[in-house]
Amino acid sequence: MAKTHVTMKVNGAEVEGLIEPRTLLVHFLRENLQLTGTHIGCETTHCGACTVDLDGMSVKSCTVFAVQAEGADILTIEGVAHADGTLSALQEGFRMMHGLQCGFCTPGMIVRAQRLLQENPSPDEAEIRMGISGNICRCTGYQNIVKAIQYAAAKINGVEFQEAAE
Amino acid sequence: MNDMTPTREQREAKLEGMGCKRKRVEDVRFTQGRGQYVDDVKLPGMLHGDFVRSPHPHARIKSINTEAALKVPGVLAVLTAETLKTVNLAWMPTLAGDVQMVLADGKVLFQNQEVAFVVATDRYAADDGINAVEVEYEPLPVLVDPFKAMAADAPVLREDLAGKTTGAHGPRKHHNHIFEWTVGDKELTDVAFSKAEVTIKEMISYHRTHPSPLETCQCLCSFDKIKGELTIYGTFQAPHVIRTVVALISKIPEHKIHVIAPDIGGGFGNKVGAYPGYICAAVASIVTGKPVKWVEDRIENLTSTSFARDYHMTTEIAATKEGKVTGLRVHVLADHGAFDACADPSKWPAGFFNIVTGSYDFPTAHLAVDGVYTNKAPGGVAYRCSFRVTEAAYCIERGMDILAQKLGMDPAELRLKNFIKAEQFPYHSALGWEYDSGDYHTAMKKMMETVDYAGLRREQAAKRAAFKRGETREIMGLGLSFFTEIVGAGPSKNCDILGIAMFDSCEIRLHPTGAGIARVGTKSQGQGHETTWAQIIATEIGIPADDIMVEEGNTDTAPYGLGTYGSRSTPVAGAAIAMAARKIKAKAQMIAAYKLEVHEGDLEWDIDGFRVKGLPEKVMSMKDICWAAYNSVPPGMEPGLEAVSYYDPPNMTYPFGAYICVMDIDVDTGVYKVRRFYALDDCGTRINPMIIEGQVHGGLTEAFAIAMGQEIRYDESGNVVTGSFMDFFMPTAVETPHWETDFTVTPSPHHPIGAKGVGESPNVGGVPAFSNAVNDAFAFLGATHIQMPHDFWRNWQAAKKLGALAA
Repeated sequence: MAKTHVTMKVNGAEVEGLIEPRTLLVHFLRENLQLTGTHIGCETTHCGACTVDLDGMSVKSCTVFAVQAEGADILTIEGVAHADGTLSALQEGFRMMHGLQCGFCTPGMIVRAQRLLQENPSPDEAEIRMGISGNICRCTGYQNIVKAIQYAAAKINGVEFQEAAE
Repeated sequence: MNDMTPTREQREAKLEGMGCKRKRVEDVRFTQGRGQYVDDVKLPGMLHGDFVRSPHPHARIKSINTEAALKVPGVLAVLTAETLKTVNLAWMPTLAGDVQMVLADGKVLFQNQEVAFVVATDRYAADDGINAVEVEYEPLPVLVDPFKAMAADAPVLREDLAGKTTGAHGPRKHHNHIFEWTVGDKELTDVAFSKAEVTIKEMISYHRTHPSPLETCQCLCSFDKIKGELTIYGTFQAPHVIRTVVALISKIPEHKIHVIAPDIGGGFGNKVGAYPGYICAAVASIVTGKPVKWVEDRIENLTSTSFARDYHMTTEIAATKEGKVTGLRVHVLADHGAFDACADPSKWPAGFFNIVTGSYDFPTAHLAVDGVYTNKAPGGVAYRCSFRVTEAAYCIERGMDILAQKLGMDPAELRLKNFIKAEQFPYHSALGWEYDSGDYHTAMKKMMETVDYAGLRREQAAKRAAFKRGETREIMGLGLSFFTEIVGAGPSKNCDILGIAMFDSCEIRLHPTGAGIARVGTKSQGQGHETTWAQIIATEIGIPADDIMVEEGNTDTAPYGLGTYGSRSTPVAGAAIAMAARKIKAKAQMIAAYKLEVHEGDLEWDIDGFRVKGLPEKVMSMKDICWAAYNSVPPGMEPGLEAVSYYDPPNMTYPFGAYICVMDIDVDTGVYKVRRFYALDDCGTRINPMIIEGQVHGGLTEAFAIAMGQEIRYDESGNVVTGSFMDFFMPTAVETPHWETDFTVTPSPHHPIGAKGVGESPNVGGVPAFSNAVNDAFAFLGATHIQMPHDFWRNWQAAKKLGALAA
């Protein structure tokens, strides 16, 4: 199959590749760029394990062709930590609140939550739950993911995080 | 002492040992996308394999033509049953003593069965190849309903078993019969029923569902022809067992097989068994001389690898008028699909279903299980469950509610009246188990007080009255569940897999500077073993958990263990870890005595080292003992500080819990709302309360999904109609209720640290709580038992059947 040249910005770096036009963005990221933090859980846009940020929107990279991302600015989980290597507020929140277990949904969940907090810097619990409803987690039951996002929102907003009583 | 000397509390806190909410070690890599899962592993020259699958649930294969596929760019090979026959691998043994086709041999027996394996340079080319394989089928009559499996005129599914009147578990009664398994005293139980003042009888179905971890099953096989060695990276919950199975069926010597289970994206029982993909990838690597990767997609996962449940349980309870149970009689019709690929300990064709007497003091009971074949996917795995314990708990917990309804008694009162009492432990159940410990009344009463059970019942009575007056269209249900689990398989006297006793193991090696590594025979899939195993060691030998690296999943380096499933890791491997640590501590004591120039008996343990009794200033820390172990051990002692333990548990452990679900249902739409869910778990000694809470949240969410809609359903023609996340209920954060957790602590008397295991309890106990809530809600309208799953549509149907819909 004839190959197509694509260029895009991924985690701040200009990248390019020669790929079949049918190559999915998630495969381009994982196979061509070796960015394996973005996972594949269903290939039908339901589970959100492949969520990346594309030009300021959360997208499921298993149903976007890499050629559709030509010229796009993409953020994957590998680009989330601070430049000095320390964990971002969300990454820290997930660890502190036990917001992950097997870790397979975590990259998509954190990338989605990062966009959510830019869309709505102080979401309430219902808004968080709706905001991550495109991302399935099989392990945590979501309760601690919600807390992790609340923890991060508080930290980013410079207010004290208060864990809701059970 | 100067001000810099740490206090005892500070020393203890520094260890982050048992009981501490230690943050997880794993999370540092997982939150940064730096985990390494199977599909992240890439080897030079790697190829990809993918399956041609059958669209038919039952058909004869007239021909398979691979010519066109082999011409597709990138396609290198196509394996069929004929290819596999040349290496005697067209069929493989199952864990349940049956055999299973690796690739369709002459016929197909379920929709999406593996027919051919296309190997290509990448996954896209493999897919092109699949589309070019031509298979000609001749459809055969389809058997979907397990209740029709043993009809005289039922189609013959397993032609390979023609004439075989005996299977792995005794006589077969019919060509679609797999086994009959009976336990208990039939005569005595029949007498109990003939004398009973009150009896109930109900067919309680636990529908077919699927564990569906977010990462599907996958592997990467690489055969080195020069060395004759096979390396397999795979999503394996039991990597050592996989190595032994591969050795037995491939004839490759076991020491030349390297099985590596890297990070695993959830298992829930799905990743215990051996699947055709593993065999095909291994054979393809041998054939092509290149590494071959196989990755299931979600539809393949849901429709071919290992369903769970599908138990149809005719349940009878005998009781006195006052509500004292006198007998239990259960018959199970077990639908195993096309092959019995149930993942149970080998001698247990229905797992530990004989825990079905539950938390109650039944004087007598009898159980019979008939397994049958149908044209459905094979399996019967324990979906977050210790081998059919979920089915058993659902059976008895529904049964007790049905009995309470018949007696006109409150279901909580009925349970309290029949619980095994704390002083009866160890308790011998009518179906053969020795319950190690329990305090059911305390747990139940704590739950009832915490949620104000009496107040909830008063509210329900008021709502029911209001409904009857036509003032509301909402009904309210209280779902109780008091479950007893049986986990920690298991003692060698009654548990093995293919002849290998179900022990587990740990090897601890401490380095001169006081840090070390622990290798364990289990394999975490999200349970956080790297965190909790180090906590056990920290408490046992006084080395901070942060200084212990935990490694699992590499069969070349870890001691042999039976893996992680059935909540067995803490009861079995957790014990092995404690015992290995105690061996180290014993040697450390000898070294300390030598260095402190006292008799061993003059030393006592103190948090992180030994001190001389009566001389608290004379101490030797474990860190210093580590150094001494490498340069100045007592004369005659070998240097070094390491130990290995293989732990064969004397008994299972029996975690239990009291759950309650408060649910409101709109009668006219069937829409339900879980208003409150409270879960009290007793898992004995608690290693890491944060992780326990996480396990309970996750298990409850799975239980919620299963009870309220998650189903693998087939239509009458044998087509799977729930083959993707579009149709297979997978709750998001929006549907998932809020969870309240609580606990009591009744340590296991036979476990070195008193721990019992908790991972599966919420799935086991959760499902009956949800289902009982729905049934309790509808009970006053005349319902006795409404089958799961209880989605909106079925709730609406139930209301309609009861004549409760608005006119």
